[in-house]
Amino acid sequence: MQLDSRIPSGPIEKAWEKTRFEMKLVNPANKRKFTVIVVGTGLGGGAAAASLGELGYNVKCFCFQDSPRRAHSIAAQGGINAAKNYQNDGDSIYRLFYDTVKGGDFRAREHNVYRLAQNSVSIIDQCVAQGVPFAREYGGLLANRSFGGAQVSRTFYARGQTGQQLLLGAYQALEAQIDSGRVTMYPRTEMLDLVVIDGKARGIITRNLVTGKIESHVADAVVLASGGYGNVYYLSTNAKGSNCTAIWRAHKRGAAFANPCFTQIHPTCIPVSGEYQSKLTLMSESLRNDGRIWVPLQKGDKRPASQIPENERDYYLERRYPSFGNLVPRDVASRAAKAVCDEGRGVGETGLGVYLDFAESISRLGRGAIEERYGNLFEMYERITGENPYEMPMRIYPAIHYTMGGLWVDYQLMSSIPGLFVLGEANFSDHGANRLGASALMQGLSDGYFIIPYTLGNYLASNKLAKVDAGAPEVRNVLSEVENSVKRLLSIKGKRTVTSFHRELGKIMWDHCGMARNAEGLKQAIRQIRALREEFWRDVNVPGSGDDLNQQLENAGRVADFFELGELMCVDALERNESCGGHFREEFQTDEGEAMRDDEHYQYVAAWEYMGPDAPHQLNKEPLNFEYVHPAQRSYK
Amino acid sequence: MQRYEAKDVSPDMSFLEMLDVVNEKLIAEGTAPITFEHDCREGICGSCGFMINGVAHGPKSGTTVCQLHMRSFKDGDELYLEPWRAKAFPVLKDLMVDRNAFDRIIAAGGFITARTGSAQDANSIPVPKAYADRAMDAAACIGCGACVASCPNASAALFTGAKISHLGLLPQGQAERDRRALRMIAQFSSELFGSCTNIGECEAACPKHISLSVIAQMNGDYLKASVRDRGAVKESSD
Repeated sequence: MQLDSRIPSGPIEKAWEKTRFEMKLVNPANKRKFTVIVVGTGLGGGAAAASLGELGYNVKCFCFQDSPRRAHSIAAQGGINAAKNYQNDGDSIYRLFYDTVKGGDFRAREHNVYRLAQNSVSIIDQCVAQGVPFAREYGGLLANRSFGGAQVSRTFYARGQTGQQLLLGAYQALEAQIDSGRVTMYPRTEMLDLVVIDGKARGIITRNLVTGKIESHVADAVVLASGGYGNVYYLSTNAKGSNCTAIWRAHKRGAAFANPCFTQIHPTCIPVSGEYQSKLTLMSESLRNDGRIWVPLQKGDKRPASQIPENERDYYLERRYPSFGNLVPRDVASRAAKAVCDEGRGVGETGLGVYLDFAESISRLGRGAIEERYGNLFEMYERITGENPYEMPMRIYPAIHYTMGGLWVDYQLMSSIPGLFVLGEANFSDHGANRLGASALMQGLSDGYFIIPYTLGNYLASNKLAKVDAGAPEVRNVLSEVENSVKRLLSIKGKRTVTSFHRELGKIMWDHCGMARNAEGLKQAIRQIRALREEFWRDVNVPGSGDDLNQQLENAGRVADFFELGELMCVDALERNESCGGHFREEFQTDEGEAMRDDEHYQYVAAWEYMGPDAPHQLNKEPLNFEYVHPAQRSYK
Repeated sequence: MQRYEAKDVSPDMSFLEMLDVVNEKLIAEGTAPITFEHDCREGICGSCGFMINGVAHGPKSGTTVCQLHMRSFKDGDELYLEPWRAKAFPVLKDLMVDRNAFDRIIAAGGFITARTGSAQDANSIPVPKAYADRAMDAAACIGCGACVASCPNASAALFTGAKISHLGLLPQGQAERDRRALRMIAQFSSELFGSCTNIGECEAACPKHISLSVIAQMNGDYLKASVRDRGAVKESSD
C-alpha cells in the first residue's frame, strides 16, 4: 500500500492557505448534482453534513440513534480549546500547535496539528454566531479556563456541558438544512458495510434498526464520522452505543487503520463499584483546576479522608510535577494514579481510587464559586456514589475515554480508499499518542466545518466519477454479504449472551492493553481474544429475528467487530517497542517511571492493512518529520 | 402487561443496570429481553426515559432514569414501567418511542442561521452575563420528552419554549426571532401534541429543571411576532 500524506511544501504557517488555493472547486450550479453520504452526526459529522448541505451538495446523513442530537459528542463536559489569547496570557496559534504536538508525545503530523490550531480561532466565532451559550464574564466577554498540558487559559466552556452545547449548535444547523431539503436524514440506521467500486468509495449498506431492512445507498463520496472505539474495553466513558463497526468494515474494504493501540485513559472517572457495572462516568478534567489529588502517605491507611492529617497526605502530582502540578496531561496523571494504587495507597473499598479534594478551594473561594463552576458535576457525582463532594473528597480512578488511533487519513482527510473521508475521533490524525483535554471538540468541528467542505469539493472536481446504480452487481454483492452475516449471527443460538462476551473481551483488553502493557501480556491477550472470538461465533445467543427492532442483534454485530479490532490493537501495541503518550510499555521507561520513546525506530504512523480473514495484517509506515517542534522527552516537572 | 422479577439488585446499580441484569437473565431463559432506549448513561444524551410508577424518569427530581440508582427504592418494591404516553410519540417497542416530532420542531426554526466561515470575532458582541446564563439554563434541555409524557395535554410547550428562549435571549438570535416563534409553533401545533394550559407538570418532571418561564417567553415572542407579521404582510402587499 502506498501512503501519500499529501502534506504541502513550504512554510507551515501558509500550508493550509496554499492547499486551499490549489484545490479545484465545484461550480455552485453543479454541487447539487453530487450526492455525499455522511455517517455519524456528532461534531464532525453534524458539522460536515450541515456545511455540505449549505454549500448545495445533496447530502444523505445517517445515525444509529433516534435523533442526530444524541451523538456522543454531547457528553463532552469540560471545554474546547482555541488560540484566541483573549486572556492576554501569551497564547498564540503557534503555542497551541506546540502544546498539542508535545502533548501527543511527538506522534502526530505537524501540518495537521498546525491547521487545527489555526482553525480553532474560527470555531469559536462560528459557534458564538450559532448561539452557543459559552460562559461569560460580567463584562460580557467570553470566559476561559485552564486544562491539562497547557500553561495558558484557552479553554472555552458552557458550564460542564460544552459538548452538548456545541453539538446542539451543529445539530440545529443540520436540522435547518434538513428543513431546506438539502440534507436527507436517516436516523436509527446503522452502516454495516462500505461499497467500493473501481477502487473508489461509492456507497454504504445500512440496516434500518426499526424494520430490520437492509438497504444500499450510493453516492459520489462517503464521509465517516462515526467516533472512536473505546468500547472495545467494555467499560469506558463512551456511550453504550458507540462502536467501531463503520470504520472497521471500511477497514476490511481497504482503508488502512492507523495507530490502533493509541488509546487515552482519562484520569478522573468515578471508580468501578461492581460486576454489573455497564459504563464508567467521567468527571471533567476541568475539576483539576481547583481540586487537589492525593492519597495517604501510608500503605493501607483506611481512615476516612477527614481524619488523615495534612502531613500524612501525599499530593503526588504536585510533588512529582511542581510546574504543572495537578494539571499534567492525562496520560501522566493516569499512570501516576495507577502507580500509587499499585503501591497499596489507593483509597475506597477496592483500593483502586485516589482523592480529588476541593476542601482548600472551597475555603479559599467559597462554596458558591465552586458550585458555579462545577455544580452539575458535583450533583452527578453525588447521584452516582451517594457521597457529597462538598463535604468529602471525590474518589476517582482512570478509565478508557478516547481513542487517538483510527482510520488513516491524508492531509485532506481522505483515507487510503479514494472518495472515503474520515473525520473526528474516527480518524487518527491530530492527537498523536495522547490527546490534550478540550482538543477533541476542537478537532471534530475543525474537520467538519473547516476542512471537509474544501477537500471534498477538491476530490469531486478532480475525479471523473461514473454514475453508479443501487442495483449494480458490485452493490448487490456487498448487500448480500451483509444479509448473510446478519443471518449467521442469528443462526448460532448458543448459550452465552452478547454482553457476557463483550465484558470478557473488555477485561482482557484492560488487563493487557490498558494503562500499562508488556510483550508477554500482549501475546497472551492475542491468544485469549482469538479463543474467545472462536467461542463467540460458536456459542453466542442472539435472540429474536432480523426483521424488526432487535437490540441484541445490533450489539452482536458491534461486538464481533470489537474482537477483530481488539486483536489488532494488541498486535500494534506489541509491535511498538517504545512508550509514548497513552501507550506505556513497561519494558520502556526511565528510572523515574516516565515514558521512554524511541524516535530512531518508531517515529512513524503504523498504518495497518487488512489482508483477508485468515492472514495477518500488514504494517505500512508513514514516517513523521518534525521540522518545527523538536522531539524531546516531555517534561512537566 | 408483563411481570418480571428483578433479583440480585445492588443499591449502587443504576436503574438501567438493573434492567440489564433482568435482560441477561431473560435471554439466558430464552425469553425476549425488554427493549428500552439508552446511550450515554450520563444523563445528557436524552435517549432514555420512561414512566416509573406514573412518574417520568422515576422518583428522584432532576435525574434521568440512567442516573437513577436503586438506592432510591426498597427491596420488594413493585414498579410499573410504561413508555412515554403521548400520541405524538408512537411506541416502537416495549419502552421505546419515536420522538422525531421534536426534530421537526427544531428544523422549523430552532436555529440561528450562521453560514460556516462567515462569523465575526466571537468577542465583538458582548453578551451580559445574566442573559448568557439564562440562555444556558434554557439550552440545557436534553430533548428526552419527559415534559410531554408528564403533561395531561401531552404538550411540547416546555421543549419548544426552551429553544425559543435560549436563542431569543442572545443578540445573535434577534434577526430570526419572529420567524422562529411563528414557524416552531406552527410545527408544534401540526404534530399530535396538545396545547399548554399552564399546569406545570412538565417543569416538575424535567430532569434538567427547565423553568416554566420559557413558556411565557415563547408565548410573548409568538404574540409579538404575530402582530408584527400581520404588519409585514400588509406592508409588502401595499
